[in-house]
Amino acid sequence: MLDAKIPEGNLNSKWTDYKGHCKLVNPANKRRLEVIIVGTGLAGASAAASLGELGYKVKAFCFQDSPRRAHSIAAQGGINAAKNYQNDGDSIFRLFYDTIKGGDYRSREGNVHRLAEVSANIIDQCVAQGVPFAREYGGLLSNRSFGGVQVQRTFYAAGQTGQQLLIGAYQALERQVALGNVAMYSRHEMLDVVLIDGKTRGIICRNLITGELERHFGHAVLLCTGGYGNVFYLSTNAMGCNVTAAWKAHKKGAYFGNPCFTQIHPTCIPVSGEYQSKLTLMSESLRNDGRIWVPKKQNDARKPNDIPEDERDYYLERRYPAFGNLVPRDVASRAAKERCDAGYGVGSSKQAVYLDYADAIQRYGKIEAGKQGIHNPSSEQIKQLGDEVVKEKYGNLFDMYEKITGENPYEVPMRIYPAVHYTMGGLWVDYELQTTVPGLYCLGEANFSDHGANRLGASALMQGLADGYFVIPYTIGNYLADEIRTKEIPTTHPEFEETEKTVAARIEKLMSIKGNETVESLHKRLGKIMWDKCGMARNAAGLKEAIEEIRALKKEFWSNVKIPGSIDEFNPELDKAGRVADFIELGELMCIDALERNESCGGHFREEYQTEDGEAKRDDENYMYVSAWEYKADEQWDLHKEELKYDVVHPTQRSYK
Amino acid sequence: MEHYNMNLTLKVWRQRNSKEKGRFETYKVENISSEMSFLEMFDVLNEKLITEDKEPIAFDHDCREGICGACSMYINGKPHGPWKANTVCQLHMRAFNDGDTIVVEPWRAKAFPVIKDLVVDRSAFDRIIQAGGFISVNTGNAVDANAIPVDKESADKSFAAAACIGCGACVAACKNSSAMLFVSAKVAHLSLLPQGSPERKTRVVAMINQMDKEGFGACTNTNACEAACPKEILVTNIGRLNHEYMTATFTADK
Ligand SMILES: Cc1cc2nc3c(=O)[nH]c(=O)nc-3n(C[C@H](O)[C@H](O)[C@H](O)COP(=O)(O)OP(=O)(O)OC[C@H]3O[C@@H](n4cnc5c(N)ncnc54)[C@H](O)[C@@H]3O)c2cc1C
Ligand code: SF4
Ligand code: FES
Repeated sequence: MLDAKIPEGNLNSKWTDYKGHCKLVNPANKRRLEVIIVGTGLAGASAAASLGELGYKVKAFCFQDSPRRAHSIAAQGGINAAKNYQNDGDSIFRLFYDTIKGGDYRSREGNVHRLAEVSANIIDQCVAQGVPFAREYGGLLSNRSFGGVQVQRTFYAAGQTGQQLLIGAYQALERQVALGNVAMYSRHEMLDVVLIDGKTRGIICRNLITGELERHFGHAVLLCTGGYGNVFYLSTNAMGCNVTAAWKAHKKGAYFGNPCFTQIHPTCIPVSGEYQSKLTLMSESLRNDGRIWVPKKQNDARKPNDIPEDERDYYLERRYPAFGNLVPRDVASRAAKERCDAGYGVGSSKQAVYLDYADAIQRYGKIEAGKQGIHNPSSEQIKQLGDEVVKEKYGNLFDMYEKITGENPYEVPMRIYPAVHYTMGGLWVDYELQTTVPGLYCLGEANFSDHGANRLGASALMQGLADGYFVIPYTIGNYLADEIRTKEIPTTHPEFEETEKTVAARIEKLMSIKGNETVESLHKRLGKIMWDKCGMARNAAGLKEAIEEIRALKKEFWSNVKIPGSIDEFNPELDKAGRVADFIELGELMCIDALERNESCGGHFREEYQTEDGEAKRDDENYMYVSAWEYKADEQWDLHKEELKYDVVHPTQRSYK
Repeated sequence: MEHYNMNLTLKVWRQRNSKEKGRFETYKVENISSEMSFLEMFDVLNEKLITEDKEPIAFDHDCREGICGACSMYINGKPHGPWKANTVCQLHMRAFNDGDTIVVEPWRAKAFPVIKDLVVDRSAFDRIIQAGGFISVNTGNAVDANAIPVDKESADKSFAAAACIGCGACVAACKNSSAMLFVSAKVAHLSLLPQGSPERKTRVVAMINQMDKEGFGACTNTNACEAACPKEILVTNIGRLNHEYMTATFTADK
């Protein structure tokens, strides 16, 4: 059994006790300790800024041209915090409880409670940095609600919350760059970790402009490299999101936790054609006011506005009266798939449902007319006032929808369909965010830690910033305190040389294949296998087929991939090839993991295990554990289990009815 | 929306690296759906080039939803193309018609050297932020978020300025390659908030100095930047910037 090193004692005091007793590094020694941070999204930028402020020597890396462009920038809806500013009954305990329940009882109590405890500090920190969250007329912060909860605890900046939070962290990071505490390496991709005597001592990375390989030493390495949703080819992630850093670490001994736990987001713009390169999310916040429906008649070809009220099936409100349109993502996604599979889907592909704002526009229009003292407003007036309110709340999302589809969502309901969005799985880490390799840490979406089998909306931003601002500054000290006598290891050390050689050999191998199929087309084929067989619904037979298909695809990749250009230049196709090769291996492990877990929980829906009314059926007796996979050799993994103990919450069948 | 397919001629700037000279190359693409995004059309072209053993065209992109600021193409003489308040990645092919010729170039400015084809180096923007585009508050020093109320009007204005995605279209659109809109957006974002006011004076001076050092040109108020900005950052921010700069340099209490 794996030990997560969760502190003993009462749930409420674990983190306080930990902080009170962990080892510290004095300021003079911090200056001599070097920390490498790979990734400068919310998790990495916040960690780099905070560790730089503490006085560590930090080197930070990202593959984009600037840290400000990390995928975190795209987060729309908001960030949770147990502030209880709305006085609606929120508390640290409730945020903790909602997250554990939302994760379908597959996450750690200790971690999640710590997350809820520091959530309030995150908001304070961000506001102090100048993050312009939405405010009320009185000048105080505004909140909205999000799926899976019944309080309003989500802080937001229109539909650009991730952007504003990232810019806050980016600016803090750039301030440390100016002060000389952080050295920033943009357009660099980490391609391996260097281990010396069993400890992490550095990385090999590639300068993406010149193609040169570089060696960097660090007393510890933090991977903050984001999620791997792009293993499905189509997802809401940015084009560059990849698993490479985590995968290299995995192959060097870091266990991979719950790789099959993937979140499929219910409200995305549907696929429009073969050329589709990515999918666009319509923020979950839209489910606050929008109503989801399909026609009651199968294959109804009428235009949405021609379908009368009593011929519409508001299926979420029907099936889940207590939470209605605000059920958690996994539940909403499966419900949409169920309706479409049963022949009620809409749009030309029939793989879509409606998200309708007509009611909300009416409701807001009437309230606004009342506020402005307009008696007996005309229906045009109501519509216009309602449109204005909706525009203020969701304007940028509506614009985005119109740009992509060419349809005006103020007039016709939006068409949406579930899409891959987030990966709960990731490198296994203990309470200190350390992987199974000493000195190698993992933060943010790249780790598996806090969301169990399903993440609640607005909690990824919270987790990334909790990890970077408030957790790692303590836990890394506990490790580095014992490293103060370790001098900087020259990068001419044989382990550095050896690792660089392996990296170079792989790149040369890739370039030498000179086959006939493009990276893109192989990636697409992987995505299709994953989506069809390891996507929203999975079954044993399909997963076994998928594993065989992926192995065959891997052979094909390594004998037939076609990569243009050369090694020593700016070559995005080569970068992509390396990433896709890693995705293929990861895909296999995801299917193996999904096959091993003979239960349904959260986003992992095994068709064999469902209740009579089609809900996920957990098996707590046999599967109340984290699956942590150890890489042994090509296509071979050993499973280690971390038992999940619930001292405070009592797992029950999750119900949102 | 009615969709249609089209055949197009593309004239694209090709340049191997920052040292070699560039040139336009002409390409034909066929059966492009009006529902594709502009970058998806480039994907189609690149796939074709790779299959024909030619070099694909390098361009920056990541989020493909108008928020990361990576994409940067100059299309038919306009940064980000013909649509207003839009990034290239959000531009869709229904903006074009069958038979059109489309000219695509990188951002052109001394401070943004070309790396390859349509990819330029915009690290000058990061260095301007390093000079002063932040609020000096270490992690853990913050007071309760609601301790300092911010009037909604200032908060909204600050937010509107903070919407800048750092794409550089403003520089590309300007005949002087001025970065004033970018800098003014950051100065406005921070100085409109009470949290940002202690460093108001030092910030604006440091950022302007860095901007000059990077080789961006002067602002002659042509407003081309505002017209090209995908996030509708207003030129009134430049007015605010000038005012802040004057106040900061004339009241030399520092
Ligand atoms: C469209 C969308 C909307 C979302 N909305 C919300 C929301 O409203 N609320 C919420 O809580 N969550 C939301 N999420 C989820 C959330 O945005 C992400 O989980 C979170 O931002 C991830 O942050 P991160 O720091 O872990 O990783 P990222 O922001 O993905 O950063 C990864 C970093 O790693 C770097 N990197 C990766 N690999 C390498 C390598 N090999 N070498 C060097 N650098 C590397 C990248 O350059 C980047 O800097 C949303 C996600 C999407 C896709
Ligand atoms: S001001 Fe506008 S055009 Fe200039 S960098 Fe910002 S978003 Fe881009
Ligand atoms: S690719 Fe991110 S803004 Fe265009």
